[in-house]
Parts: sequence; C-alpha cells; structure tokens
Amino acid sequence: MMEIQNLPELAVTVREDILRMTHAAGNGHPGGSLSATDYLVWLYNREMNVRPDEPNWEDRDRFVLSKGHVVPALYAVLAHKGYFPLEDLLTLRKPTSHLQGHPNMNDTPGIDMSSGSLGQGIGAAVGMAKGAKVLGKDIHVHVLIGDGECAEGEVWEAALYAAHYKLDNLCVAVDVNGLQIDGPTAEVMNTAPLDAKFAAFGFDTITVDGHDFEGIAKGFARFHANQGSGRPTVILMKTVKGKGVSFMENNAGWHGKAPNDAELEQGLKDLAAIRQQLKEG
Amino acid sequence: MAEQKKIATRDSFGRALVELGREHQEIVVMDADLAGATRSGMFKKEFPERFFDCGIAEGNMMSAAAGMAAMGLVPVVSTFAMFAAGRAFEQVRNGIGYPHLNVKICATHAGISVGADGATHQCCEDFALMRSIPGMTVLCPSDDVEARKLLRAAYEMEGPVYMRFGRLGVPVFHDETAELAIGKAEVLRDGRDVALIATGILVPEAVKAAEKLAAQGIEARVINMATIKPLDEECVRQAAKECGAIVTVEEHNIIGGLGEAVCAVLAEQCPTPVCRIGVRDCFGHSASAEELLAEHGLTAENIAVKAQRLIARKG
Repeated sequence: MMEIQNLPELAVTVREDILRMTHAAGNGHPGGSLSATDYLVWLYNREMNVRPDEPNWEDRDRFVLSKGHVVPALYAVLAHKGYFPLEDLLTLRKPTSHLQGHPNMNDTPGIDMSSGSLGQGIGAAVGMAKGAKVLGKDIHVHVLIGDGECAEGEVWEAALYAAHYKLDNLCVAVDVNGLQIDGPTAEVMNTAPLDAKFAAFGFDTITVDGHDFEGIAKGFARFHANQGSGRPTVILMKTVKGKGVSFMENNAGWHGKAPNDAELEQGLKDLAAIRQQLKEG
Repeated sequence: MAEQKKIATRDSFGRALVELGREHQEIVVMDADLAGATRSGMFKKEFPERFFDCGIAEGNMMSAAAGMAAMGLVPVVSTFAMFAAGRAFEQVRNGIGYPHLNVKICATHAGISVGADGATHQCCEDFALMRSIPGMTVLCPSDDVEARKLLRAAYEMEGPVYMRFGRLGVPVFHDETAELAIGKAEVLRDGRDVALIATGILVPEAVKAAEKLAAQGIEARVINMATIKPLDEECVRQAAKECGAIVTVEEHNIIGGLGEAVCAVLAEQCPTPVCRIGVRDCFGHSASAEELLAEHGLTAENIAVKAQRLIARKG
C-alpha cells in the first residue's frame, strides 16, 4: 500500500500521462480523466486488494470504469501499479495497442470489465457484487460513474438491484464534475440532487471533495463501515473537470478533445507548478 | 410422421435447466419478472438460492449477467425474445458479446406464434439482431428433445449463446437418442428436387410439406437448421448442388433471419434459386397462433405450393 503522503505526487504524474497519452493519440477524453484521477490513484494504491503480477487472481477486488471514456487515467494508474510497462501508455488508441479507446477486459491486464457504453458498467458491477456473494467471497466491487451518466435509466435499474440484493460489498463513486459533452449537466439534463436520489434508492450516501485525499479516505471509510449492513454505498465526489490544467478546468470543450503541441506544453507547465508546490509543502 | 404429443419448447427449457442445475453448481438463473411464463420458475422452485429476479429491467439484467459471468458463474438469462434481443440489444452487444462472456440468453415467446398478445410481443427480429453480434451463437430448436439437448450443448460450450424457445405446443418428433449438435444441420428426409431448410417450430410443417410433394412425385430434402449461427454452410452448399432449389422456412421476418443467412452462402458460393418463407416484413396482430401461422403462410400447404413454383424456375 502506498503511503498517503506519496499519493498527490503520483496524481500529478498520472495527470501528465493523461495529457501525453491523449496528445500522442490525437484524440481521447482528457477532461473527465483529470477529474477522476485522484479517486483512481487512491483506489488502486490504498483501497483495492489486487495483485498486479497476477491480474486475474480470482479473489481480487473488482473495479468497473462505467464512464469508460476516462480510461486514460485508469491506464496510467494501472501502469504505475505495475500491470504493464509505462511505455505502453503512449500507444493509446493505436491500431496494435492493447490500450483501446474504452476499456476491454480481454486486451488489458488489470481491466476487470469491458465498458464505456454509459449506464452499463454499474449494471455489470451489481452483477459482480451479487456474484461475489453467491460464491461466498469477501470481494469488494467498485464502480465509477459520471453525474451526466446518471441520466441513463440503467443506472437506476442497477441501483434498485443493489439495494434489493443488499449489496454492501458494492461501492459506487460518482465523479460529479458538473459538465458533460454538450455543456453543464444542470442544463443538458439535470441529474441533481444525486444524494437524495441514491438515498431514496436505498444507498448510504456521502459527499466528499474528490480532489482531497482526506475526503476520499472518508468516503471509503464509510464504505468499510457499511460492511455487514446490507446497504450499498455511494461516494459523491465533487470534482473539477480538467483538474490541474488551467485552460481545461471547468471547460466542457475539453470533454473529448486532445491537446495540441502548445497545449501539451502549457498543461505540463501547469502540472509542474503543482509538483513544485507539493515539494515546497 | 405419426401424430405425436405436443410440448412447448419453453417447457423443455425449464425442465432441462433444472437438470443442468442439479449437475452444475455454477449455473445461476436470472429473469425479469417472467419466471412463470418463461419456465425459469422451475429452476427458481428447486434452486431458490441460485435464482435472481431482476425486476422489469432487462437491460440491467443483461449487464448484471455479464458481471456474474466475469466472476466465473454461468448465468442463464431468461425473458421474452422481444426484450432479450430487442430491449436489451445494446447491453447484449457491448456487455456480453464484445467481451465474449459466458452468458446463455434463453428467450421464450419468440415469433408470431405468441398469438393473442399481439404485435408488441411477437418478436420476429431476434435472429437478425443476435446474428449481427460477432461471436454470438444463435440457436432455434424445433422440439422438446432438441431444446433440451441444445441447452445442454450451449452450457457445455464457452461463450455467449442466444437460444429461442416458443410458447406454442409443438410435436415431439426426435427420439431421445437423436444426435443433435450446435453448428450441424440435420437432414430429416432426403430428396433431390428441392431442399426445404426450416428452423424451429416450422420444421414439422416442412416435413409435412415434403410428404405432400412426395404424393405428387416431387422428392424434397428436409433440413432442420437449428443453429442459425454459425450456419452449417456445407449442408447448404450440398443442398444447392444436389437439389438445385432451396426454400427457407422460419417464424421470423424474412429480413435478417435464416433465409438471408442461406441466401448469403448461396449468392457468394453457389447461386441457386431460393424462396424465403417467413413473416414478410410486417407486424403481426392479435389472433391465435394457428390463425397467425396460416395468415403468414407458415404452413405445410404454403411451403408445398412455394416449393412447386420454385422447382419450375430451376434451369
């Protein structure tokens, strides 16, 4: 398990990777990848019981990236965890790469479920959580969805299922960055208030700052406290789309666009400044 | 073919599922509030701890089945064909087909013979939808024996399977000893004047049509094509070569089903005159199964007439 004080620097590195990967690919989804980074860094380095040298170990905890388009962040986290070489990252979306534009469980070590068609990942996750209980295994299942994704009906079908089958081994995280492709979620199709909705569906809900590791820790502590309760947990993470890159922050235009050479340079400068701040404490 | 007892293939599915469940602990069954109608309820009764109702939410049921399969279980998912292939198409395509997960989708109440419920529930598009998914095996058993044997074969193979069952009682014409395998067509009657390639509950009609034709001196080969995909292309080529004319018979839209699958093989490999008998690109309506089958020409009489006309077109 990585020391908590080392997580912020890893998060900066992952964000640099996201910029380099999408720049090299010429396309991809940097905005949401940057907002989901801190959660993924925590998940794989503090939370999940996994074996990178044995990615298909059957008793491992599972993760489903329901908002599959932000997979550059997950690939970077997996590579740093040792699932595959770091140099693979720059092959993102290339014809011979094992790093598809959306997660493919049969291509990439460490990917537990193919996903990317919104609303379906959480459905697969409830099946995994139920499957773990059927098998009598103490396996935790984590899934990350988006606030825009919550407009998909299947999210709520899955939520019903999670509560009905008392899946306290399921931890749903919502990347509440408030933006989707066509603009602010509040304007495209308002999904708020998500805490009241999930609570009404039978979840224990907690809202945290998704860029503060102490906040993220509190979210997972709640999940741990819910073990044995029969209640699934949802962590609503308030985040900033494009987090860490000045010109991408809170800008829906960076949902699905890669940085060009100049933008990459500027973005890396922004992240270098954050790294410097971390060093200076 | 003597008068046989009639069994709906959904009942065969329920029975066979219980048998498989006794043998294999990793089988779990999911349904979307139709366990009584699909007969998955028979499994629920015997193995309540391995049966999971998903509520009226077919999309999520398919995704959850994918999740169960990813955990090493073998989910058998059951609902009506309209909702399995139609409503949940994209969950089946992306969640089960793309990762090639070991989920067995067992859809009942397929085709026009659903009857009085009307067009909304008469799914005549399921072959087209499921065939189009890479790596999906598509099965349509013709009677009780075949339904039970193919369900077992579907369990024994690794990978996603879509299996179609009906609600109409149909004659049981196979012996328990019949050798029935996925991907292998069954020649029920030999003949060299025309080949009748049928699937599902219309296979006995094709057999009857061949008997009618025989009375007029026409020898029809009858082929039971229970595996829609992967199609037994060799059997189709052989029929084309030896019979020179092919009639396809299915309880499905003529677009996208068995007829088109056969035509694709013939057009690319051995052009041969074809007549496709099926639902001719229209919606059904409320009526009894028998009335609807007659209205859409899915009868021995119509098959015989169409076969005769087709023979006249032979070179």
